[in-house]
Amino acid sequence: MAREPLLRLENLSTHYVSAQGTRVVRAVDEVSLSLNAGETLGIVGESGSGKSTLALTMLRVLPPAAHIVGGRILFEGEDLVAKSDGEMREIRGKRIAMILQDPMASLNPLFTIGNQVAEPIQIHEKTLRSAAWTRARELLKAVRIPSPETRVRQYPHEMSGGMRQRIVGAIGISCQPRLLIADEPTTSLDLTIQAQYLNLLRELQRAHGLALIFITHNLGIVAKMCDQLAVMYAGRVVESGSVSRIFNAPAHPYTRALLGSIPHMGDPQQRLTAIAGQPPDLAALPRGCSFAPRCPQAVDRCRAEAPPAFSIDDGRIARCWLAREVNRTTLAGAV
Amino acid sequence: MSAPADVITLPSPPSRAARRRAIRLGDIPIVPAAILIIIALVAIFADQLAPHDPEVGKLTARFKPPFWQSGGSTQYLLGTDQLGRDVLSRLIFGARVSMVVGIMAVIVAGVIGTALGILSGYLRGWVDQVIMRITDTWLALPALTFAIFLAAIVGPSMWNIVIILGVTYWTRYARVIRGEVLSLREREFVQLAVVAGCSKWTIMARHILPNVINSATVLGSLMLGVVIITEATLSFLGVGVPPPQPAWGLMLSDGKQGLMVGYWWLTVFPGCCIMLMVLSANLLGDWLRVKLDPQLRQL
Amino acid sequence: MTRYITRRAAYCALSLLLLSLTIFFFVRVTGDPAALLVEPGASAADIAAIHHRFGLDQPLWVQYGLFMWSLAHGDLGQSFYYQTPVIDLYLSRLPNSLMLAGVAMVFSLLIGIPSGILAAVRVGRFWDSAGKVFALLGLSLPSFWVGLVLILLFSVYLHWLPSSGAGTPLHLIMPAFALGWYFAAAHMRLTRSSMLDVLGSEYIKLARLKGLPEALVITKHAFKNALIPVLTLAGINLVIMVNVAVVVETVFAWPGIGRLLYEGITFRDFPVVQGVVLLGGAMIVVVNLAIDILYAVIDPRIRLER
Repeated sequence: MAREPLLRLENLSTHYVSAQGTRVVRAVDEVSLSLNAGETLGIVGESGSGKSTLALTMLRVLPPAAHIVGGRILFEGEDLVAKSDGEMREIRGKRIAMILQDPMASLNPLFTIGNQVAEPIQIHEKTLRSAAWTRARELLKAVRIPSPETRVRQYPHEMSGGMRQRIVGAIGISCQPRLLIADEPTTSLDLTIQAQYLNLLRELQRAHGLALIFITHNLGIVAKMCDQLAVMYAGRVVESGSVSRIFNAPAHPYTRALLGSIPHMGDPQQRLTAIAGQPPDLAALPRGCSFAPRCPQAVDRCRAEAPPAFSIDDGRIARCWLAREVNRTTLAGAV
Repeated sequence: MSAPADVITLPSPPSRAARRRAIRLGDIPIVPAAILIIIALVAIFADQLAPHDPEVGKLTARFKPPFWQSGGSTQYLLGTDQLGRDVLSRLIFGARVSMVVGIMAVIVAGVIGTALGILSGYLRGWVDQVIMRITDTWLALPALTFAIFLAAIVGPSMWNIVIILGVTYWTRYARVIRGEVLSLREREFVQLAVVAGCSKWTIMARHILPNVINSATVLGSLMLGVVIITEATLSFLGVGVPPPQPAWGLMLSDGKQGLMVGYWWLTVFPGCCIMLMVLSANLLGDWLRVKLDPQLRQL
Repeated sequence: MTRYITRRAAYCALSLLLLSLTIFFFVRVTGDPAALLVEPGASAADIAAIHHRFGLDQPLWVQYGLFMWSLAHGDLGQSFYYQTPVIDLYLSRLPNSLMLAGVAMVFSLLIGIPSGILAAVRVGRFWDSAGKVFALLGLSLPSFWVGLVLILLFSVYLHWLPSSGAGTPLHLIMPAFALGWYFAAAHMRLTRSSMLDVLGSEYIKLARLKGLPEALVITKHAFKNALIPVLTLAGINLVIMVNVAVVVETVFAWPGIGRLLYEGITFRDFPVVQGVVLLGGAMIVVVNLAIDILYAVIDPRIRLER
């Protein structure tokens, strides 16, 4: 009795095409995910795994060279891929919001904080300027910015990094979206600030019933914040499911390697296991499983044929020929 | 409902527009290069090509319009000026002036500017500071004003103009070359030469210089257009190449007298020649810039 | 901000010094300056008087001192032709040139900025190519020829506009167009590249992610940021315009300092030539300083810098 998920990606693919049409980079390849309202999904992967492109794809804010070449994005039942520009603009910021990585670069240096926070409110909810600014002040308070009355008139460069990221967060929740996508929101913050910020996000989530998508390369954050997890490699989701199950018994060799490379306190094993090799060139993916060249358990079948996404147990998916053998049931093809 | 812009089906071959663009970029821009070559040939073979003496005119044949207008004749294809001189012949010989002055001035400016740029960038220290401050000051004065100033002092003659233009425009080279030298001197082959005991002068001449020639050439092609316009301006104002030698700018100055009475050919033809030459030089320079040295795309 | 300003002011002073040195140097280096500083057809006694007045038989540094001393007192010599001090002549003609340059600048910005923005927003398509053609033409046509052709068209053939002189706004149209044409192309180019830079930035991405209409993203967020380098250039160009207007003023007989320079050349009136060049250069240096200060005031990032 699963309720209808808030967001469902079905075989979504985004490719970058070079100007002459000669080079095709498969940044996002046949990605399928789902997320329920109020849940937190973590998307994990190395640089170049396609996670940021996936986020931009969901909001259809892609650079001119990138194109969605297939699949559907079902948000509250509607397919976002089929929507026009105008319809997407109604959704962006209002029903789905996004936080980018670098808060200094995300804020326009020539406009005040108040202006930038009030702006989406004015546009989406068609309120008066004064009402929007009042809301902006309340939002700054909600994200724990001290003395919001003075801050509202200040400029981005007058704030610290942590404060700027909170402001970006405030902008994100300003129109009460159902879904907030955070692309590496803590990467540019000091360690001491990171924990505070994550707590803030969790609070906001509980207060507003937000669904969160966390894009990160940091499994620690995933462990702390996320209910569900999707692991990406070379543009594909290689494993997905609940965080607790995956952390306990990772089904895909890549996930296993990632978890094995986290240093644990008090661990007798002193050496970190790194993953050998380099991530593949997304324009020239090998035949077969894209992780096979680096996989310690790869067999011939892995190199010859790319594994489909197998359903391992309730809600868990893994793209690995070997994972299948661990379990009793398989379902043909991707969900 | 039509599909939104970012959803396409792959693969699609490059569009016709893209292919057309590729062809134009791939080959030499034929038209500008051809125009410049034609002008150069005209300049070289002026004596053979010109139907009349450009400096001496028949006073009985003053202000004749081009042959297709009434009152004109095929003897003077593009008409005559206020002294009865054939416009076409003067245009042909004017090409010589523009070409010679243009190319020589660019070379003079290039030599001075490159030399100072290399010295400044390689030796650094106080030499660099002094040269850079002078360059900045020089650059603060608009080239035209400075050129006029110098021309007023030394008096007009073709070679004076070449030198004046060279002295006015070397600053454009110096800055760019200096920038290149600054990065070049950190490269390994230079450091090897230093370690091997080469003298500063040897290094500058044998190692640095050949590597900046590329940029200097590109700069030269970009400057050609500017220099020609300045030369024409100087001639127009009366401080350029002195009469009776024909220069396009001078022809425009003469032509001003006849303008109010409608003698349009004295103004339009010389101007078109200037425009063609400068346009071609600019297009060629742009193409060279993109092709030869991607670093210079900022110019 | 005060540190920023004092630094710029010091640099400005240094440039002015070097400028005076350059002028001084060139006048002296090419032979007997007396030949230049004396009226044509002067007697030996006059020449001797000039020698004495400018200390031409004194060592160079004394001469330079005398030169700077007169400059400091605003004495740039006397025009042979007009028999009035050069500085008076200059100041009386300057407003005309400023008016011409002002109108030309407005024209160049009104054409250059929108076309640059259009080219950037429609990069690679029709308006961008059209813009490139326009830019190329603007940079390849000498301004005085544009002026002459305009006269041909609008004065001689159509009889719509007066071909020379000043006095009515109608007199201003053609010279301003001819003068501003080149700069319109330069401004268009810079606006385009600046806009392209801004459009690729993260805050524009976020603005789009906020769901703002594209028109608002461009006119509010992108525009103001893209405009900064363009206005800086425009300010510098304004003064340059005043200086290079010499040909346009000559063509249209516009009574500004450019025409004064032309008269100086034609009548071999050297003090005028030297005065115009010196003051023109000084004006550029000073205005650059003013722009730097203005920049500091407008851009909040610099204003609050220690």
